[in-house]
Amino acid sequence: MPEGFERGLLARITRTVGEHYRIIHANPLSRIGFWVVSVFTIVAIFAPWLAPHEPWAMQYDSEGSIASLRPPSLEFPVGTTHLGYDLFSQLILATRTTLIIGAVSGFISIVIGANIGLVAGYYGGKIDEILMRLTDVLYGMPFLPFIIILIALFGRKLEFVILAIVLIIWRTSARVIRAQTIAIKQRQFITAAKARGCSNLRIIYRHILPNVLPLLLLYAAFNIAWSIITEASASFLGFGDGTTISWGGMLYELWLSGKTRVAWWWFAAPSLCIITLVTSLVFVSRAYEEVANPRLRKR
Amino acid sequence: MALLELNNVSRHFELRPGVVERVLRGGKTRVIKAVEAINLSVAKDEILGIAGESGCGKSTTCSMVAGLLPPSSGEVLYRDRNVGEMTSSELNDHRRRVQMIFQDPYESLNPRFRVSDIVSEGPRALRLWGEREIEEQVAAMLAGVGLPAGKYWDRYPHELSGGERQRVGIASALVMKPELVVADEPLSMLDVSIRAGILDLLKELSRQRNFACIYVSHDLSILANIADRLLIMYLGQAVEVGSVHDVIKNPKHPYTRALISAVPVPDPRVKRSPPKIVGEISRPVDPPPGCRFASRCPHADQSCSEVFIKLDTNSPLAHQAACHRLEQINSEAT
Amino acid sequence: MTDTNLLSVANLSVGYSTSQGVVNAVSDVSFDVRRNEVFGIAGESGCGKSTLIRALLRLLSNNGVSTATSITYEGEDVNSFSDDKFRDAILWKRISLVPQSAMNSLNPVYRVGDQVIEAIRAHRSVSRSEARERVEFLFDVVGLQPELMRSYPHEFSGGMRQRAMIAMSLALDPGLIIMDEPTTGLDVLVQEQILRRVREIRAEVSSSIILITHDIAVIAEMSDRISIMYGGKIVESATAIDLFESPFHPYTLGLKNAFPSISVMDNELISIPGTPPALIGEESGCLFEPRCPFSDATCAQILPQSHSVGEMHQVSCHRHTDVTELREKASKKSTWHC
Repeated sequence: MPEGFERGLLARITRTVGEHYRIIHANPLSRIGFWVVSVFTIVAIFAPWLAPHEPWAMQYDSEGSIASLRPPSLEFPVGTTHLGYDLFSQLILATRTTLIIGAVSGFISIVIGANIGLVAGYYGGKIDEILMRLTDVLYGMPFLPFIIILIALFGRKLEFVILAIVLIIWRTSARVIRAQTIAIKQRQFITAAKARGCSNLRIIYRHILPNVLPLLLLYAAFNIAWSIITEASASFLGFGDGTTISWGGMLYELWLSGKTRVAWWWFAAPSLCIITLVTSLVFVSRAYEEVANPRLRKR
Repeated sequence: MALLELNNVSRHFELRPGVVERVLRGGKTRVIKAVEAINLSVAKDEILGIAGESGCGKSTTCSMVAGLLPPSSGEVLYRDRNVGEMTSSELNDHRRRVQMIFQDPYESLNPRFRVSDIVSEGPRALRLWGEREIEEQVAAMLAGVGLPAGKYWDRYPHELSGGERQRVGIASALVMKPELVVADEPLSMLDVSIRAGILDLLKELSRQRNFACIYVSHDLSILANIADRLLIMYLGQAVEVGSVHDVIKNPKHPYTRALISAVPVPDPRVKRSPPKIVGEISRPVDPPPGCRFASRCPHADQSCSEVFIKLDTNSPLAHQAACHRLEQINSEAT
Repeated sequence: MTDTNLLSVANLSVGYSTSQGVVNAVSDVSFDVRRNEVFGIAGESGCGKSTLIRALLRLLSNNGVSTATSITYEGEDVNSFSDDKFRDAILWKRISLVPQSAMNSLNPVYRVGDQVIEAIRAHRSVSRSEARERVEFLFDVVGLQPELMRSYPHEFSGGMRQRAMIAMSLALDPGLIIMDEPTTGLDVLVQEQILRRVREIRAEVSSSIILITHDIAVIAEMSDRISIMYGGKIVESATAIDLFESPFHPYTLGLKNAFPSISVMDNELISIPGTPPALIGEESGCLFEPRCPFSDATCAQILPQSHSVGEMHQVSCHRHTDVTELREKASKKSTWHC
């Protein structure tokens, strides 16, 4: 490709980023959501440096006894577990796991969902039939037995948790994007592109994709939120990765400890984090619901 | 030599009944004969107008000419080469030579593309030139349609007026340096005061850039103004062809006569004699073999629903009508 | 004069509040509709012709506000009516509307005949069978077979739906029927049939008709008097013959140049350069001034008043006294495009 294309690409990327920043900032709720997600992201990136203690190190108080089941205080901002672990440190490190799982499975599921939706919707006919029956099969697959079998076969590992989440989540985005693709492919500018000599792949990725992008981003945000919830449920039921710590995993340990009725802080902290992050993601996605169409944006 | 020739071209669509329909009512597959045995030819540097009401098959004919739809039978010849037998590289070349201008300037431009991207898309897709050359060609083309590149390069379609959008549509077709342009009702969505400008632009560019044009419209007043020759279609059949002057001033086929006398004239002093046609155009679903206008034609007799004469391409410039009772009709009239 | 006037509208203005400011869609429009005439309003998209009708019938959307110094219908001041009273006493009964895209104005899940019957029974206390008889009669008037009353809208062609809408508009014998683009989107032969039917109906029922369209040819053939709208204002009004024989306003001259005619084939068409005004914010001067080849310094600053230039002929142009020169120059392409 000649350099003109590179130049155009860079300019396009900056323009696109600016555009999305404007979209999110136009809506007050989305703006709040965006900043909350950003804070969580920063915490996740710097987690090892931000956490005051090791997540699984017993803490002792000034008198030398184990700081077991302490409620929130200046020393332990969100309290401790029955074994004296610092919940604040656990929470910070768990943010990292949760966000990685959310982002990775959200990203992979939207990539799979988008491609399957675009291809099925654009080509139609047999290809559509096969791909859509495949998603129907996945709709019939219950999540929990599926992840239990995966973990029984391969052990409690992060990769399999992500794999299980992705397999469950992409189907909805595929269906929605297929529907939108079918609507767009019937518009005259697609016929125009064909008449100009564009190949099928060029039409799909250059002409249709930008037009499903708002929907795609909406579902990307949804998928991340759903991944986080799904991971939390899986971890809570003991099917998470045992070697890393996640918000769901913290709740699982609370359940194992049998201190649910006593340690309200142990329950409140991860729950609040899950709710706040998921809600913020949904807020961000709301901005994209309003921009299905550039004509609706300010001129 | 004709640039484009359609020999006996038909396009049928099957209308399959649903399962319930088939089981309960014994519904059979019906056939929509959208275009039936069309003969036509377009010479270099001429503007052929195709007129007819909605459902007459003019848009289907356009799609077949532009290679967007294969004919069910018959052959589309471009420079004596059958489009159906072209190799993929020949086909790419054909795609460049034959370009389309679309009806709806609000629908035919990708809303997420800038003006420059829209116009560059064809050359980029077919890799006609290097990126720098494309940029130059596109800028020159935009200037050619009256949209200075400096002002319009980065605009999005929703920032343009209808007339400006249609100019972008024209630029994106003509930047490919086509030999034949198929324009499907390019003015019908535009306001009266700017139509003439677009029409002039098309005429002028066709002279400058030496392309032939098939101009499809339901509006005979516009065709009278732009076309050299005129083809009239009714329900998938070509009923009359000839120079625009002959067809409009001296129509032969009963349908053409009705159509032309039904066109309102922008002058309150002119009193037209309204056509004696009843009923409305239907859909060409399993039509009888004969002339499809027979059921509405005031001059039709038994033979009309059985016989249909096709137009003859061997004498492309002659004024001919696809009616086997022309002489009787004329003698009735006098 | 009041005797011959069925409807008189004085200084009607409509503003839409939008995120970009107030759009003055219609400003200061005054016109009369006489008894038993077809009054045509012609103009391009965005000229305010449809908004004008919606304001008149109180059908504006929520962000639209209309004001008028007076609107009288059959000598009655209807401007002071509340919206409810207007809908109750005037709409359909005395003024009816054949809406734009009448194609989509029928409810797809009810039989066409029943929809017209319901429209009658909503405004008049008549029995169902009486209403049915009336609808049979109306279907006959508009050229639809009475059997078609039992059909659903999707079984109708565009032309038949349009006929059904016209039947509905005639249902309560209104004195004025407003037709908003009645044949737009229909094929020529169908358009011809419908327009012929409208002419016949008008001869029989002695209602007045306001015909709104962008199609100069249709309006020329149908109307007794015509008003040309541009930028939310009426720029010229005259009898149809006068308007075509001796137009005054440069916009009218331009439209005449731009409109193709099948009867004069070799005429060169001349477009009007530029685009219509956006109508946002305060205006000063003539709205056609940026596109007008005859404008001078006054035109840009002072809004032209309506001048009477003949019997029933008004024009809003500062240069109406130079009309011979304007007409001569306007027929040359170089005047508009240099």
